[in-house]
Amino acid sequence: MSDTAKTTASPQRAGAMSLTLGPWIVAALLLLVLPFIFDNNSSITIMNQMWITVIFALAYNMLLGQGGMLSFGHAVYMGMGGFLCMHVMNYVEDFGIALPLPVLPLFGGLFGMGFAMLIGAISTSGAGTRFAMISLGVGELVAACSVIIVAFFGGEEGISGDRTYGLPFFGIEFLKQIEVYYLISFWLMLSAALMYLFSRTPVGRMANAVRDNPERAQFLGYSSRWVRFYSFMASGFFCGIAGGLFAINYEILTEENLNTSSSGIILLVTFLGGVGFFFGPIIGAIAFTLLQTVLSLKTELWAFYAGALFLATVMYFPGGLAGLIMMHVPAFKFRNAGKLVMPYVKTLIPGLITVLGIAALVEMIFHYRHASVGDDEMTIFWTTFDSHSVVPWVIVTVITAIASYITKTTAPDLKEAWGDANTPPTTGGDA
Amino acid sequence: MELVLVNLIDGLVTGLLLFMLSAGLTLIFSMMGVLNFAHASFYMLGAYFAFQISLALGFWMGLLIAPIIVGVLGAGVERYGLRRVHQYGHVPELIFTFGLALLIEELVQFLWGKNQMAYNIPDVLNFTAFAIAGNSIPAYKIFMIFISVAIFIGLLYVLTRTRVGMIIQAALNYPKTVEALGHNVPLIFMGVFGVGTALAGVAGVIAGPVLGTFPGMAFVLGSIVFVTIVIGGLGSLWGALVASLLIGWITTFAKSYNLAMSDVLNAIGIATPENLADNVFRDLWTVTSPQIADILPYILMVLILIFRPYGLLGNRDA
Repeated sequence: MSDTAKTTASPQRAGAMSLTLGPWIVAALLLLVLPFIFDNNSSITIMNQMWITVIFALAYNMLLGQGGMLSFGHAVYMGMGGFLCMHVMNYVEDFGIALPLPVLPLFGGLFGMGFAMLIGAISTSGAGTRFAMISLGVGELVAACSVIIVAFFGGEEGISGDRTYGLPFFGIEFLKQIEVYYLISFWLMLSAALMYLFSRTPVGRMANAVRDNPERAQFLGYSSRWVRFYSFMASGFFCGIAGGLFAINYEILTEENLNTSSSGIILLVTFLGGVGFFFGPIIGAIAFTLLQTVLSLKTELWAFYAGALFLATVMYFPGGLAGLIMMHVPAFKFRNAGKLVMPYVKTLIPGLITVLGIAALVEMIFHYRHASVGDDEMTIFWTTFDSHSVVPWVIVTVITAIASYITKTTAPDLKEAWGDANTPPTTGGDA
Repeated sequence: MELVLVNLIDGLVTGLLLFMLSAGLTLIFSMMGVLNFAHASFYMLGAYFAFQISLALGFWMGLLIAPIIVGVLGAGVERYGLRRVHQYGHVPELIFTFGLALLIEELVQFLWGKNQMAYNIPDVLNFTAFAIAGNSIPAYKIFMIFISVAIFIGLLYVLTRTRVGMIIQAALNYPKTVEALGHNVPLIFMGVFGVGTALAGVAGVIAGPVLGTFPGMAFVLGSIVFVTIVIGGLGSLWGALVASLLIGWITTFAKSYNLAMSDVLNAIGIATPENLADNVFRDLWTVTSPQIADILPYILMVLILIFRPYGLLGNRDA
C-alpha cells in the first residue's frame, strides 16, 4: 500500500514507471466480495451509485488534481455521454441490433470525448479563471439547452429506456441489480486502471508539469495548450463512461444530470477526497455517497453538514481525506505510530462528542423553529424529548461545553505527540 | 415606440442592480485575483437581514442596518477564512468561496425555511410614478435607479478623488510598495472585501421586495454576476458598468419581443423545411427569444472569451 502511495504521492517526482499490482488486486477482490457481505438490494443500489461517482470523480481529478484546471461545468460531459447511451439503448431496442449492453458505456465515453474536444479546443488555452469561466458558461448553456432542444434531451421529463431489451450477454439479461453491479464494477476497474496508467504516461506527467509551471514547460518545448487539451479529452472520455453507466443503472436521464449543482457536487466530492493523490477521489466518492445516503435518511439538514464539512476541509485540510491519511505515513515508517494512539483517543473522542453536541443543538434549533405547532417531541441519538422545555437544551449545551474544553486541553499533548512521532529515530532507521 | 422606452427603463433597473453586485465583485477580484463565488450569497443575506429588521423597525432602518451587518460578516470571512486559505493558492481560495456559497444557502434555509418571505415594497414607495402609453412605471423602480446611480457616483468619487481611494487603488496594483510606505495592506484588503460585500447587501435589500426573497435568489443571480464582470473585463469598474447595462438591456428586450428563430432564418434566406416535425433541427427552428433570454449572457461570455479574452474594457495582461 505504501509503495503505491509513494509513487502517487509525490507529483513532483517524475519517473517511477514501475507499477505495484497489490492494491489493484485487493480492490478487485473487494469489488467481487462486497455484494456477498452487503447482499440486500438497497446496499447494492448504494454501491452502484458509489462506483459511478468514483469513476466520475477520478475523471474530474484528471483535470483538477493532475492538470490544475478547475471546471465548474463537468457534469455536462457525464450527462452528454449518458444521454447518448440512452438514445443508443432505445435505438437498439427499436431496431433489434446485436449490441450487447456491456459495451454501451464505450459510446458514452466516445461522445463525451468528442464533446470535450469541441469545448476543449476553445477553453484549454489557459488554465486559470478563463478556463473556469468558460466551463461555467458552457455548463449553463448546455443545461439551458436541455429544456429547449427536446429531440435530444427530452425536455423537462428527460429520456428513459429499458436496459433489458438488448441482446443477452452470455445469458445475462441485466434484470437484477446484482448483474448491473458487476457490470459497473468491471468498468470501474478498467477505467480506474486506464486513468492511473494515463497519469504515468509522458502526457500525464507533462500535465503535472504544466499545472505547476506552464511557462517552464513551454520552454522545454511542450505546448501547454495541447497537454491541457489531451487531459481534457481523456477526462471527457471517462466522464462519458460514467454517464453511460448512469444510464444503464438508473434507466433515466434528466436536466438534473447536466446542471451546475451536479457539477458543484463532483467538485465537492473530489476535493473532500483529496486532489493531490490518485486514490483521493475514490475515498471522497465513497465518503460522500455514504454521507448522502445514510445522513439524508436521518436528517433534513444533511446538505448543511456536508457544506460545513467541505468548508472545514478547505480551511484546515487542503489535502483532503487522502492527504490526512498520507500524513501518517512517516509515523508508520519510523515505527512510531503506536505513540499516537493514546493522544488520538484522548483528543478525538471528546472532539467527536463536541461535534455531535453542536449537531444536536443545530437539530434542536431547527426543530424549534420549523416543526409544526404542537409537535414538541423530537428524537435525536435515540433519545426522545420535548424540544420546547429547557432541560434538554441545558444538558446538551453542558455536555458540548465540557467536551470542547477537554478537546482544547488535550490538543497540545496531541501536537507534541505528533511532533514526537514524526521525528526519525536516532539509532538506525532509513530516514 | 413607447414599448422601447418602457423596456429601456426596465433594462436599466436590471442592469444597475447587476452593477451593484458586479462593482464589489470586480473590486474584490482586482484585490485578490480570485472570483468570489459567495458574492451573490451576501446579496441574499442582505435581503434576509433587511426583511428581519423591517419586521421590527421598518424598511428604512433595514436599508441602513442590513448592509452594515453584511459588510461586517464579509470582512470577517476575509479575515478568518480567506486569509487562512490564501497560503494554499488560488484554486483552494476559489473552492473556499464556492463552499461558502453552498453553506450560506443551507444556512438561510435552516434559519428562514424554504418559502419566500413576505418582504414587500414600503407603502411610501408603493405608487405609480408615471405612465408611458398605458404602461405604468412604479415609483420603486425609480427609487432603485436613484440608489444605484448614487452609489456608483459615490464609489467613483471615493476611489478617484479621495486619499483613501488613492491608497486602495495603489494597494490593488502594488501591494508590496504600499506596504513599504507604511500602510496596513491586509487591513485595506479586509476593508475592500467588507465594502464590496456591503454593496452586494444593499443590492439585496432593494432587490428583495421586487425579485422575491427566497433561498434560491443567490443562485439565480450568482453566475450572471460572474458573467458580467468577465464580459466587462476582470477588475475594470467601467467595464462592469457597461457589461451590466448591456446584459440588463439584452435580456429585457429578448423577453419582451417575441422573436422566433424561423423568422430570423427566413429573413436571411433560409427556407423553413417542408415537414418540420420530422426534422432533426426542429427544436432549433421553433426557438423563440424569450426562451433563450436567460442564456444570452452566457453565449455572450463564451464569445467574448474566445475573441477578446480580457473582456470589453479589461487590461490585456490582467
